[in-house]
Amino acid sequence: MPTSSSPSSSLQLALGPVLFYWTREHYADFYREAADWPVETVALGETVCSRRRDMKLDDWLGIGRELAQSGKRVVLASQTLIESEADLRDLRKLCDNGEFTVEANDQSAVQRLSAAGLPFVAGAALNLYNPATLAVLARAGMQGWQAPVEMSRSDLARLLADCREQGLEQPCEVFAYGHLPLAWSSRCFTARRHQKPKDRCRFVCQKYPQGLALRSQESREVFTLNGIQTLSGACQDLRHEVGDMAGMGVGIARLSPRPEGMAEVVGAFDAARRGELPAPDPLALVDAEVCDGYWHGRPGMDNTRGVATP
Amino acid sequence: MELVCPAGNLPALKRAVDEGADAVYFGFQNTTNARQFAGLNFTDRRAREGIDYAHARGKRVFCAINTYPQPDGWAMWTRAVDQAADLGVDALIMADMGLLDYAARRHPDLARHLSVQGSATSHEALRFYHEQFGIRRAVLPRVLSITQVRDLAKQSPVELEVFAFGSLCIMAEGRCYLSSYLTGESPNTRGVCSPAAHVRWEETPRGLESRLNGVLIDRYAEGERAGYPTLCKGRFEVGGETYHAIEEPTSLNTLELLPELKELGISAVKIEGRQRSPAYVSKVAGIWRKALDRVDRAPEHFHPDPAWMAGLGELSEGATTTLGAYERRWK
Repeated sequence: MPTSSSPSSSLQLALGPVLFYWTREHYADFYREAADWPVETVALGETVCSRRRDMKLDDWLGIGRELAQSGKRVVLASQTLIESEADLRDLRKLCDNGEFTVEANDQSAVQRLSAAGLPFVAGAALNLYNPATLAVLARAGMQGWQAPVEMSRSDLARLLADCREQGLEQPCEVFAYGHLPLAWSSRCFTARRHQKPKDRCRFVCQKYPQGLALRSQESREVFTLNGIQTLSGACQDLRHEVGDMAGMGVGIARLSPRPEGMAEVVGAFDAARRGELPAPDPLALVDAEVCDGYWHGRPGMDNTRGVATP
Repeated sequence: MELVCPAGNLPALKRAVDEGADAVYFGFQNTTNARQFAGLNFTDRRAREGIDYAHARGKRVFCAINTYPQPDGWAMWTRAVDQAADLGVDALIMADMGLLDYAARRHPDLARHLSVQGSATSHEALRFYHEQFGIRRAVLPRVLSITQVRDLAKQSPVELEVFAFGSLCIMAEGRCYLSSYLTGESPNTRGVCSPAAHVRWEETPRGLESRLNGVLIDRYAEGERAGYPTLCKGRFEVGGETYHAIEEPTSLNTLELLPELKELGISAVKIEGRQRSPAYVSKVAGIWRKALDRVDRAPEHFHPDPAWMAGLGELSEGATTTLGAYERRWK
């Protein structure tokens, strides 16, 4: 099993942006702790919904500066679904922040950044499936990219090999831990559950710091509702694959924040990349169904390790 | 405004043209297009016949190559582009940035349309595709309100095509991975959503159940109208309530918006449904032709004929239609 492979400390760890809507205090506490975690990169910002206004750009920049002082590389992540002129205005401010590299999660951001001659990281929702696409973005200023969440290990290995052959080597990031971001809509599903129109949502999604479970009528957790975003019902956990990832040329493993137990998650991945993860751990890191299907070329919800959940 | 109709096979293409489509769109028989259904789509020979039929009647033909070339399949996608160019189609409908780049370089004179799968929802995104690949037109995702379409249309560097009628994707198209999460196959990778091979129907004591790769999507009581288990249109439990948590089975119908779309300078309206029968395509195309003709004659006096609305209602999922995201309160 990959757990017994050689140490792979060349693999970096990145904390993804918080996908849920937390309170200001919650973000502040979380990132104060994160400053001491063994992650090299932290991505900050609101990527889901422009109605979530507790945190302004200046607040993110403030957190970013503190993290940078703790030695973290800071990236500002842009909103994925851009719908209005107001969204574009916020996006411009983010792109023009003058301090931190931006993670472009939509072509609007790519356009803005490349026109300004600024480097960027290409997010997973840009749909980067082949070297020709990566070449287009590299010409536009890309300096790193994230694999689509649905891409399998074998497809990614092939893509990375082709990139090496074509001189397109850039840091590649894989979504290694957390509920997978699977869809964005103009409709807010959390507001819908509360029978509120999106325009008057009263920010109900803030009541759900780890999202709202959507279950089948047989009580299987199928998806997780997070405002306009739909996440996977199960939590992807690829900590047993990090040795393999490093070996095939993945540069960064992304860990997606959750409100509880994140220090333990980061610790487990840090141990794993040093080859110190104890062989198959019967307990999940947190209280959630686990999945790893995409990586193994199967439906994303599958759990190939067959580990019973607590 | 141009009426763009779906052609899942040659009979549908001919019926659409006969009923007044200004353009039809089709795909090849592989995963290079977003409607990869068994028995659907075109061989080279059938495509040639269809293109001849449409061109002889002054109509245009677009080829959809709008999935994302997978790491082991680049050659299949570029072959589809070359094949469409050889056939003499009037435009390619594409989403993948790499493939758009390939087509722009290899076939610079062949028009490129950005597929809805390209997820462009702002004029900045449209500008990106326009500057990078010289796209002539973009199909807008079904996530924008009419006000947002208006703002976008004012500043768009390219022609705009909007969805007019048919199945309603409520997620931003091109960025929806729900199907592969449940089945391993998605619109982006395989040109399918909630693929039929993973669907199972079962009569149980608790009612008729529809499953997608084992996951219960919906359960119908006696006499309830059962629909195809598209995963976003099932009934799920959220916070103790069971309901259509994402969307009801319904179809998009924007007929009443036609005068406004015309005023905004929208270039084309698109009918969804290459997976539909020739009879369906023919009926829908016929109604929309009449509506477009009426709006062209007197947009200020336009109102949808009740018979058209009834006709479209009958052809809709769950026999209901919606304005979807065009209308703010839907959100």
